[in-house]
Formats: sequence, C-alpha cells, structure tokens
Amino acid sequence: MTDRSPTEEQNVDLARRRLLAGAAAAVAVAPGVMLVATGASARPKGVAADANKRWGMLIDTRTELSDWDTAIDACKTEQGWGGGNNPATDPQWIRKVAIRNKSTGAQATFPVMCQHCENPPCVDVCPTGASMQRVDGIVLVDKHICIGCRYCMMACPYSARSFVHEPVHNQRPHMPRGMGTVESCTMCVHRVDKGQQPACVEALQAKGSNAIMFGDLNDPKSEISRAVSAHVTRRIREDLGVQPSVHYQGI
Amino acid sequence: MRLVTRIFSIALVGFTLAMAHSAPASAAEDGSKVPMPSPSKAFKGEQCVEPVETMRRDHMLYLKHQRDDTLRDGIRGEKYGLNECIDCHATKSPDVAGGELRTIEPFCGECHAYAAVKIDCFECHTGAADDKPKQSSSLPIDHGELSDKAMLMSMMENYLDKGATK
Amino acid sequence: MAAIDKTTYQEIAGNGSDYLSLIGWLGVFVAAGVAAAFYMETQGHVVTGMTNQIVWGIPHVFAVFLIVAASGALNVASIASVFNKTTYKPLSRLSAILALALLAGGLMVLVLDLGRPDRLDLTYLKQNFRSIFAWNIYFYTGFFAIVVVYLWMMMERRFNKYARTLGITAFVWRLALTTGTGSIFGFLAARPGYDAAVMAPLFIAMSFSFGLAIFILVVNVTYKSSKRPLGDVISFKLKNLLGVFIAAVLYFTVVQHLTNLYAAEHAGVESFILLDGGAYTLMFWIGQILIGGLLPMALLFHPATGRTSQGINIASLLVIIGGFVQVYIIIIGGQAYPLEMFPGFEVSSSFFDGAVHRYAPSLPEITLGLGGIATALLIVALAVRYLPILPASLADPIAEKQPASE
Ligand code: HEC
Ligand code: HEC
Ligand code: HEC
Repeated sequence: MTDRSPTEEQNVDLARRRLLAGAAAAVAVAPGVMLVATGASARPKGVAADANKRWGMLIDTRTELSDWDTAIDACKTEQGWGGGNNPATDPQWIRKVAIRNKSTGAQATFPVMCQHCENPPCVDVCPTGASMQRVDGIVLVDKHICIGCRYCMMACPYSARSFVHEPVHNQRPHMPRGMGTVESCTMCVHRVDKGQQPACVEALQAKGSNAIMFGDLNDPKSEISRAVSAHVTRRIREDLGVQPSVHYQGI
Repeated sequence: MRLVTRIFSIALVGFTLAMAHSAPASAAEDGSKVPMPSPSKAFKGEQCVEPVETMRRDHMLYLKHQRDDTLRDGIRGEKYGLNECIDCHATKSPDVAGGELRTIEPFCGECHAYAAVKIDCFECHTGAADDKPKQSSSLPIDHGELSDKAMLMSMMENYLDKGATK
Repeated sequence: MAAIDKTTYQEIAGNGSDYLSLIGWLGVFVAAGVAAAFYMETQGHVVTGMTNQIVWGIPHVFAVFLIVAASGALNVASIASVFNKTTYKPLSRLSAILALALLAGGLMVLVLDLGRPDRLDLTYLKQNFRSIFAWNIYFYTGFFAIVVVYLWMMMERRFNKYARTLGITAFVWRLALTTGTGSIFGFLAARPGYDAAVMAPLFIAMSFSFGLAIFILVVNVTYKSSKRPLGDVISFKLKNLLGVFIAAVLYFTVVQHLTNLYAAEHAGVESFILLDGGAYTLMFWIGQILIGGLLPMALLFHPATGRTSQGINIASLLVIIGGFVQVYIIIIGGQAYPLEMFPGFEVSSSFFDGAVHRYAPSLPEITLGLGGIATALLIVALAVRYLPILPASLADPIAEKQPASE
C-alpha cells in the first residue's frame, strides 16, 4: 500500500473546491465537547429512535493516512469482521479507497463505507424489506428476514455491502453476524443508541484526530451541521440523487 | 392467493429443505435417544420475565416482537431482549467451550430437540453470557447474592411444574 | 368463438429403454443439482465462484435464461388462441406445459442460490412492494396459476370455450412477467451496463426467440423419437417465426448498444463489451452475434438447410447457446465492469474498486444450473407420457385441414 504520499499532493487538484480550507482546522474540537455537540444522547429504555434526527458523518480527506487504518481497525474490533484470508469474499464494512485524477495526477485516499443514503436504492429493491432505513436515517440490514438474494448489493452505488460467504464464529455479543446474509456499516447503531459515537470516530478522537466527525445533520447547532454549512463538501455520486449522509471534505 | 403461493413454494423447494431440516426431526421421532425436555434451571433471577407457563408457550412471540422493536425501531434495553434471556438462562456446559463459558444453547436446545424445532438464532447471536463486570448493569447490584436464593426457588418450582407436566 | 379442436391428443408410449434412460439421466442431474445447492448452503457461497463484487453468478444466468424462455415458450399457445391461428392450435398444450416446466426449473435455480433458501416463505410473508423482486414473485406465481388453468380449459372439452379468454390473460401476463424480469436490471441506476429503457423490449424479444427455439427442439425430438408424423407446414411456419424473432433480438441489441454509446457516461462499459473486454468481447461477437444470431438466421433461410429438420434443429440449438451467452454477458459482464464511483478518476482499493472483477463459474454452480434445466425437461418428459399433450399426428393434411374445419 502506498500510504505515504504527502497530504499536500492530494490537495493540489481539488484546492479550488476548498474555499475555506483554512477554516478546517477550526473544526477540531476536544473529544469531550464533541460528545455534546453531536446531538447524541442515550435514549431511555423503551423509546424508539428519533425521527427528527438524521445521523451523518463528515470525512476530512486531508489527514494523516494512518488515520484510515485506525478507523478501519476500530471497526473490525468493534463489529467483529476481518481476519479472513479470501480477499474476494471476505466482508469489508469499511475500506480505504485511493483515487487519482487521470489528467492532473493528483491523488487522495479516504475511507468508503455505507453512505446511509436518504433515498437508499438497497431499500427500494429488497424483496422482503430486510434492507431498511431507521427513522433517524441509519440504513441497516434486518438479518432476521434477509434471504441472501444480493439484490441490494447489485443496487448499491458504493459497493458498501458484503455477503457473508462462510460460517462465522466468535461474533461480538452486540453484533450478530451469520452466513448467507448481507451486512454493512451500521453506523454503530448499538453505540449511537447509548449516546456514544461510532467506534471509528471514537478511535480517531482518542489519538487526537478529527478526521471523521459524527452528528445530527438535522440539528443546525450540531458541530457537523455547522461544518457542512461552512465548507464545501462533496458526497460521492451525488448525481444519482440518493442523498448520502456521509460528506467528504477535501476531494 | 396466499395459500396457492405457499403451496407452490413448498412444492418447489420443499423437498430440498426437508432434506436439510428434517434431520433433527427424525432424530426426535425415534424417541429413544432424546431425553424428555428438562431445561436447566435459570442461572439467576427469581422469576422469568413473564409467568413460566406463558413463557413456555409464547417465548418465540416475545422474542420476535422484541427483535423487530430493537432492530427496526431502535427500542433498546427492554426485558424481552435476547441478551436478557442469556443473562439469566445461560449455563456452563461441558459441550460448549469446554465448560468455560456460560451459554444459552443448552437451555433453548433441550425442549427444541424434543419438539423438533430448529432455530437459527445462534448462527449469529453468540449465546454466550457476558460475565465481565459491567459499568452500567441493568440487573440488581446484588444479583450474585440473589442468584443462590433464586436457584433454590426455581429448583423447587421446576420440580413441582415438571412433575405435573410429565 | 374458438374453433372446436378436432385433434386427437395421446400420451406417448414411453416404455422403451430410450425413454427410461432419459428419465433416469434427467433424474440424476436433478439430484446432483439439489445436492450442489445443499453443499452451497452448508459450506457457504465461498465454494462458488461468486465474490462481493460479482454477486450474481452463473446460477442467475441459468435462472434468468429459463424464466425468460418460459414466457416465450407460451408463444405458440398465444398465437393460436389470441390471434386465432389454428395451425398452431394442436401444439398449444405442449406450449403451455413447456412454459410451466421452464419456469419451474428457472425458479428452482434462483431460489436454491439464495444465501438463506430456508427463508423462502419470507418472500410471501414479508413483502416490500417497492421492490420489483417482490412484484416478480406475483408475476411468477400468477403465471403458474394462469397457465395451469389455461391448460385445464384446453384439455377439458366442456371448458374449451373459456380457453381463449385465459389464453389472452396468459399472453398479457407473460409480457408483464418478462418486463418485470428485464426491469430487475433496468432499476440498477448505479450500474452503467444496464440501461433502463431498452431492457424491457430486449427481454421480450429474447423471450420470444429463446422460448421458440426450445419449443422447436422439443417438438422435433419428441415427434422423431415417438415416431409420430410431423409435417412440413407446421415446421416451416415455426422456423420462419424463429427467424423473425432472432432478427428482433439482433435489432434490440443494436439499439441497446447504440443508445448506450450516445450516453457519454456509458462509453466505458460499451467499449468494454464491444472492444476491449477480452472474454466478454469475444463472447459478444462470436457467441451472441455470430452463433446466436447470424448463423442460425443463415441456416434457417438458406434453401439447402432451412428445409431440413436437421438444419432447423441446429439453428434452434445455436439460438439457445447464443441466448445463454447473451444472458451471461448481461449479468456477469454487467457486474465485471467496475462501478463508476469517481468518474474521471483512477480508483483502487483492497475491495477491488476500479478493477475489472473476475468471475469463474464453479462446479457446484454449474451443477445447480444444469439441475434446473433437467428439472424442466423432466417435467415435460413426464407430462407427455402421462397426459394427453401431444397430437397423435402433425402430418400436413391434418394440420392444413384445421383452418377448413373451423
Ligand atoms: C443472520 C443473523 C441473525 C440471526 C440468524 C438472528 N439474529 Fe437476532 N439480531 C441480529 C442482528 C444483526 C441484530 C441487531 C443487533 C443490534 O443492533 O444491536 C439482532 C437483534 C436481535 C434482537 C434485539 C437485540 C437483543 O439482543 O435483544 C433480538 C431479540 C433478536 N435478535 C432475536 C433473535 C432470535 C429470537 C433469533 C432466532 C429466531 C435471531 N435473533 C436470529 C442478527 C441475527
Ligand atoms: C431475571 C432472569 C430471567 C430472565 C431475564 C429471563 N428468564 Fe426465563 N426464566 C427465569 C426463571 C427463574 C424461570 C423459572 C424456571 C427455571 O428456574 O428454570 C424461567 C423460566 C423460563 C422458561 C420455562 C422453562 C421451563 O422450565 O419450562 C422459558 C421458556 C424461559 N424462561 C424463557 C425465557 C426467555 C425466552 C427469556 C428472554 C426473553 C427469558 N426467559 C428471560 C428467569 C429469567
Ligand atoms: C420449555 C421448553 C422450551 C424452552 C426452554 C425454549 N423453547 Fe423455544 N420453543 C419451544 C417449543 C415447544 C416451540 C415450538 C412451538 C410451536 O411450534 O408452536 C418453540 C419455538 C421456538 C421458536 C420459533 C421457531 C420457529 O420455527 O418459528 C423460537 C424462535 C424459539 N423457540 C426460541 C427459543 C429461545 C431463543 C430459547 C432460549 C432462550 C427457547 N426457545 C427456549 C419450547 C421451548
């Protein structure tokens, strides 16, 4: 992996998109403050997810490349995937994608996972309703009724989903996984419901990085809403009209 | 229409799936090897989340309802959660992890083997109890002490109940 | 009013060792297919050629081919009852049986390739009506129900008068069915290989062509082996029809690729299929266009070969092979070409983003697919043995007198 390309290089090509690049540094806030600012709070027992919220992420691609390994490892540990040795069939809930502009040669590397679309094609095509969207915008697979038809994987513009090709052992108690069903990033719904942040975000904050910001896009006062309205961000394949909840800054 | 579609679907793959899933059923039918159900005593707790009679009959309805509530609506921490069952009902068994871990499979499995029911829950859910000390437990703080009493209680209850049903 | 059907229908004798060994072999293939599915279900799809990028493998090719052909196999019955072409009437029953059998075979493959085939009941119990898949479940089961009743109306003399109504219903229904099957691909906006607009008519043309090719082969083989007379009139009519359908498929294929070429964002996948896609390009030009289109057309319309049953049989076989290749290119080729996540950029990752994805069909998958074909043929073989499906004779005089007796 050619992880060591300098950050400046990634930025050259898309510098014009970053109208307020300097302001990016101002986004960094201490972890403790973040927690309040995300709008995440533990829901009491017996209360359903909040339809007024729309959880989202902002990924700053102009960071240390090692940050992405931190995020991916945190996801593996939290959710219990990874560790297989069949690259073509092993699940990947989040992955590091490198892009290079064919005409200018500028490069960027950043993570891609389920983009938690507002109009998710995977939900539209699923025959049983297993592919679903919570009222707070998180897109999930209800593995209890997934028949493993893989139509959602055909429909996803981001290759965000994996099919479990082999028997699974030693699952995490909070993240049941099983052969023959489809899975993907859950935005750590089990943590979010407890008022915590997704594992990748927390792991990055622990090492002092703010490369992934998590929060409520519907709350104009949340840190993420302010960042998204202050800087030009981009969502992958916006032209498809799926309205992803994951924003990227710096590409 | 639903009947027609059901019949068709059964006809189409029924025989395949029968092959795959009748194995435990036929094992149960010959009767001799399968013990009468005697689910292990609850590890902790004095009583179940509902009266035992109700639980025996309707536990699957509670579970299925709860899983939709949790997964689809985001309702957490309710008493019918699978992890709650595990917390009380998981026991150590020499068959599982060399008797190191408390797991729920033996509890759920005994009646099911008898009734020839096959559940897939533990292909995904671990079934293993999380006995590490928790920061925010939903259980009474002194449940260690409780469990001895509960054990005795439930043992008695169990014998009384079983005597009647057998 | 429908003409009264004076044809004598008769079960084939089916005692010979040929028939029995046919049944035996088909049974072996069906059993092998089921065993392969069982193996895939217990070991996981890791034993197949599929990956997280090519999620629909060769079982889907078999399944879609059979389902599409099923709808086309009903053509002969439709032409007879909807358009009142009495020449075709004696073959209506076989047409209906073949349609049922192909659909059953195709659905069997589709279902047994699921990750959790044991949850099939959920496709009826939990339905998402925004999903074209859920719709198709109704299209497929409805097709079964309608064609079974249609067959019954045709076979029960006192109900003959309803046969036409049902024939029309079946005709409309299966157009919807094929459109629905084609739309499975048309709905995938993110995949550059699948263009929404032309997919539906293309699939209808494909269904006519593949279904009729299989039908012609079944008629020729059963009549030859049961030593029943088969006249030229009906044979030539069927083969001319097949020629028209092959031309229609070629036409829509041209439209498919031309419209895609004009859409700038599809230029990549177009040149992948047409020019530089390696095996897929070869399959397209040699398999789909030459073997599946031009060659059978030449065979059918050349005076030397088009008037022999051998020539017609070979042409039909080529149409089937070319059709299978065409479905392969649509399904596998469409997935092999990478998603355009960042148009204009080179993309790479550990998840094979930006790379042409590899797929090699595995033995269990192929066995399952062949099991589906064997199931379809087994149903036909048993039906013609135990039900009065086939006319005792299709010799010219009877076939020609039919219109007169109206
Ligand atoms: C294919 C995998 C899979 C299978 C099989 C499965 N589950 Fe689940 N289950 C999940 C996932 C994933 C969740 C969501 C976990 C979360 O978000 O916290 C879940 C959550 C639940 C919950 C709510 C959370 C909790 O712990 O209370 C219940 C109850 C539940 N499942 C019951 C069942 C039952 C009963 C069965 C067997 C009939 C079963 N599940 C089979 C994957 C599975
Ligand atoms: C607070 C602890 C506790 C929890 C939580 C709990 N149970 Fe129980 N359960 C018990 C006790 C105590 C009994 C009484 C019988 C015994 O001791 O085995 C019992 C009995 C049962 C029985 C009848 C067993 C028999 O002997 O016939 C079933 C079935 C059952 N529980 C299912 C469940 C399920 C399913 C859940 C999760 C939704 C659950 N229980 C949650 C404590 C608990
Ligand atoms: C007292 C005996 C008993 C115990 C203990 C028990 N079950 Fe059951 N369970 C049954 C019986 C009997 C049925 C079948 C009921 C029927 O078919 O109507 C059943 C059915 C089920 C079903 C529905 C199966 C289906 O195919 O729809 C689920 C899910 C289930 N049990 C889950 C559990 C779980 C999880 C546990 C352990 C926490 C458990 N059961 C413990 C007796 C028991």
